[in-house]
Amino acid sequence: MTSSFTILGGGVCGLAMAAELSSRGAQVTVIDPHGAPGDHACSWWAGGMLAPECEGVSAEPEIVQQGRLAAAWWESHGATIIRKGTMVVALGRDHSELATFARRAPLATTLDRDGIDACEPHLAERFSKALFLADECHLDPRATLIALNDRLAQMGVASEGDVRGQVIDCRGLAARDALTDLRGVKGEMLVVRCPDVTLSRPVRLLHPRFPLYIVPRSDGVFMLGATQLETGERHRATLRSVMELMNAAYALHPAFGEAELLEIGVDARPAFPDNQPRIRRIGERIYANGLFRHGFLLAPALARMTADLVLEGETPEVWYEDHRER
Amino acid sequence: MPVFYGTEIASRLMLGTAQYPSPAILAEAFRESAAGIATVSVRREAGGEQAGQDFWALIQDLGVAVLPNTAGCHSVREAVTTAQMARELFDTNWIKLEIIGHADTLQPDPFGLVEAAAQLSEDGFNVFPYCTEDLVLCERLVEVGCKVLMPWGAPIGTGLGLNNIYGLRSLRAHFADIPLVVDAGLGLPSQAAHAIELGYDAVLLNTAVAKAGDPVAMAKGFARAVEAGALAAQADPMDPRDMAAPSTPVLGKAFL
Repeated sequence: MTSSFTILGGGVCGLAMAAELSSRGAQVTVIDPHGAPGDHACSWWAGGMLAPECEGVSAEPEIVQQGRLAAAWWESHGATIIRKGTMVVALGRDHSELATFARRAPLATTLDRDGIDACEPHLAERFSKALFLADECHLDPRATLIALNDRLAQMGVASEGDVRGQVIDCRGLAARDALTDLRGVKGEMLVVRCPDVTLSRPVRLLHPRFPLYIVPRSDGVFMLGATQLETGERHRATLRSVMELMNAAYALHPAFGEAELLEIGVDARPAFPDNQPRIRRIGERIYANGLFRHGFLLAPALARMTADLVLEGETPEVWYEDHRER
Repeated sequence: MPVFYGTEIASRLMLGTAQYPSPAILAEAFRESAAGIATVSVRREAGGEQAGQDFWALIQDLGVAVLPNTAGCHSVREAVTTAQMARELFDTNWIKLEIIGHADTLQPDPFGLVEAAAQLSEDGFNVFPYCTEDLVLCERLVEVGCKVLMPWGAPIGTGLGLNNIYGLRSLRAHFADIPLVVDAGLGLPSQAAHAIELGYDAVLLNTAVAKAGDPVAMAKGFARAVEAGALAAQADPMDPRDMAAPSTPVLGKAFL
């Protein structure tokens, strides 16, 4: 088995791949024409929720199973993981959404107003019922990418140089030149500062038309996400999308009406038709791609299985396509 | 089987293409539903440089007739422009005309609907108007050129079923020669079966399948329901009556 690898792409997929291979003794080079982590990578715009149970409401069981291992992986690679769970709420007339969600997320427990008050006092002013996923976590995507990139440099992972050894292609949507069934799913998000609201954990607002999640960062900053549109556009936030996100945040707590708008982010998530990732071998090259909205949740599993494949010759238990025709 | 603007469709089920967990599940749901028509929202996915083409290619691959719609339009002008865009993109004169009159309940705007339907029919479109079960509105739509009517069962996405059975029934009686489709509000296969039993030619739904825990199984359920409804409608069902009648002959006993 080869022990020298060139990884193409320095987003969450490529960096997690580099970390996994490097920590198992391989020689790794990461090549990304854009250099260090930044707004060119889809993962820069991520929410950073490690929320397999919530995702399982609409995602396949494999995503839940593999996603449950993500937090431990990130911690073992130096990331700061915040283990506070996820809270799920719905506005008064949408309580049936809460019932559906509870049925489809079996680990969810129900909180009454006192329970909400104990976790998120600001939301107890607004909601008398919520669901809680105690074992879910979150991280700060940008801080995590930058820290991982620094850590890789310390571990001797090269960030430039010639292509050598086995090539692992983690270029996300840019790999459409080879992965013809990869498509982009546009997402729009906002970053706001709102000192008047304190949240300790990601909160999901269920809504039949305008679902929203809010992830707290530090210093009163929140990430509001995210739209999901079937187009590969990587720019151009529309007024309607931004308005819907703002409206939903305002409905969650009116104090968001006074928030300062810091950023409007747009990018497209790379996805295969079943919205599940793939490890695919085409010719000499191995592709790891299609993380969709599950970059931080599934990059660890994809990296581990790819490393098992290239270092140990073990066939990945899921999402593997050997020598697929173009 | 329903005939819309001269085209016979081999299914009484029409399915929307939004909100599925993934395109793969959407495709599988379509296969299991044997739906004959896929509705596609043009407006939202269009994007600046028509970057929605991957998704449209997936829809074309379904191998069913495509009925583009003007979902999300709130004015006549917006709907007409969207219809013209849809004609270019999908190379079809068919348009499901939807003009929202009330943002919260998504009730159709009956006045805008008639105006836009007139303009589009004049411009050569085959208009499928998403309307209410109001008889007078439906007459106006037919007058301006609509040869299909698509009254709601209940507001979009509610899953409440057929809210006004009397209204739907009188519409069927009044427009004997116009294909009628119950569009929107269906949540369960039994409600779809009911619509077809009432003599409706087809049903159009989206959320009930896309947001079910298992969309593929629900699609299969709806396929069987419309088939059951059609069989019942052809079979000349009995009329309800007040007196109980034993279905097993009782021998050797006098009438009481």
